Amino acid sequence: MAAEHAFMLSMHPFFKGLAPEAIDLVAGCARDIEFRRGQYICHEDDQADHFYILSDGHVALQISSPGRGARTFLTVGAGEVFGVNWLVAPYRWTYDAKALDDIKAVVLDATCLRRKCEADHELGYQLMSRVMPILIERLHVCRMQFLDLYLKQN
Amino acid sequence: MSGSATIKRNHTDAPMVPRLARVRRHFSDAPDVVTLEIEMADARPFDYAPGQFNMLTVFGVGEAAISISGAPNGARLIHTIRDVGAVSHALTRLQPGDQLGLRGPFGMGWPIGAAQKKDVLIIAGGLGLAPLRSVLYHIVAHRTQFGVVTLLYGARRPEDILYPSEVEHWRQSLEINVALTVDHADASWRGRVGVVTQLIDQARFQPHNTLAMVCGPEVMMRFVASALVERAIDAQNIFLSMERNMKCAVGHCGHCQFGSSFICRDGPVLSYQKLRPLLKIKEL
Repeated sequence: MAAEHAFMLSMHPFFKGLAPEAIDLVAGCARDIEFRRGQYICHEDDQADHFYILSDGHVALQISSPGRGARTFLTVGAGEVFGVNWLVAPYRWTYDAKALDDIKAVVLDATCLRRKCEADHELGYQLMSRVMPILIERLHVCRMQFLDLYLKQN
Repeated sequence: MSGSATIKRNHTDAPMVPRLARVRRHFSDAPDVVTLEIEMADARPFDYAPGQFNMLTVFGVGEAAISISGAPNGARLIHTIRDVGAVSHALTRLQPGDQLGLRGPFGMGWPIGAAQKKDVLIIAGGLGLAPLRSVLYHIVAHRTQFGVVTLLYGARRPEDILYPSEVEHWRQSLEINVALTVDHADASWRGRVGVVTQLIDQARFQPHNTLAMVCGPEVMMRFVASALVERAIDAQNIFLSMERNMKCAVGHCGHCQFGSSFICRDGPVLSYQKLRPLLKIKEL
């Protein structure tokens, strides 16, 4: 199974260019997971002990507020990842994640991944260098959404 | 401006004199957005190129530049208008049978000739889909002349999506690829949430044989154009439809001057190669 996960991870855009030995290390923390459409994958303030590598379907990242219900601020789909909260203490989700379609993913155990990154800083650097562009892009997306460019006053 | 831009004129003698027109139909497309189907009061034909605009007059109120969003050479003259000021507010209140004045068409349209045999990326934000709809009609009517055609569209909220039934029709057809995103949504929305630049990575095109047409708020167009250059599309093959305070529409009054160009006469469609240095000047 580890070999299958290693193959799947090596084909995923997030891990593009990662050395096979590093892929094998990551694959040691991996397992397959599926969610049904409409199912919640995680909830705000839960322990962020998983990192999701999506291979099929879309996930809505949401924050709920009283009187307004759940608001989706971002969707992610096949070829993307979510759950980078696993990297930074206190390792808690800051949003809800809901399956918009039937989801197929590989989930990485965050405790396992953190332990391997601590033991192998090169692996930690390689993962961090893949997470940072995603965080920067999502920060840019948030800025654009905050500017509300399509509001009629704009 | 590229020599491949399209341009048509119906007013060689008196471009400042409005022709009388009449509203035939009135559609409410989205909150504060209205589409008017207009017919000319005289029998003279009205021809235009995708991307051109008209000056519409509400008598006693004023005149505003509005892009044409119907099918070129079609029987109907279509304008989609957002209620943002006194004139546009009055335009959105016009009902079938009401008269208005019309000057046009003006400006340089989309470079449809240069897009032939190329992959075409059409990227719209918000109301920016309106000036691009003419291009989409043209491409669908002449589909074999173009390579892979993709529409990437970003709207504010699901209820703000312009021409939703047509977008859905295009999405379901095999003629063009369609990707849609909204900036904000509640939990009932099952589509994508994010910004339109995020859709570019998933679009299929050959960068060195692609022409992009972009229309939306200027900030959005800046980031889209930058992302397209990152994807190896040459700046001279990226075209933006600019918006400035257009008054005379014939390059005389100077209200819409942008660098050395008058948006009304030299634009509104201009290449990113030309616009790139100007877009960095905050005072312009």
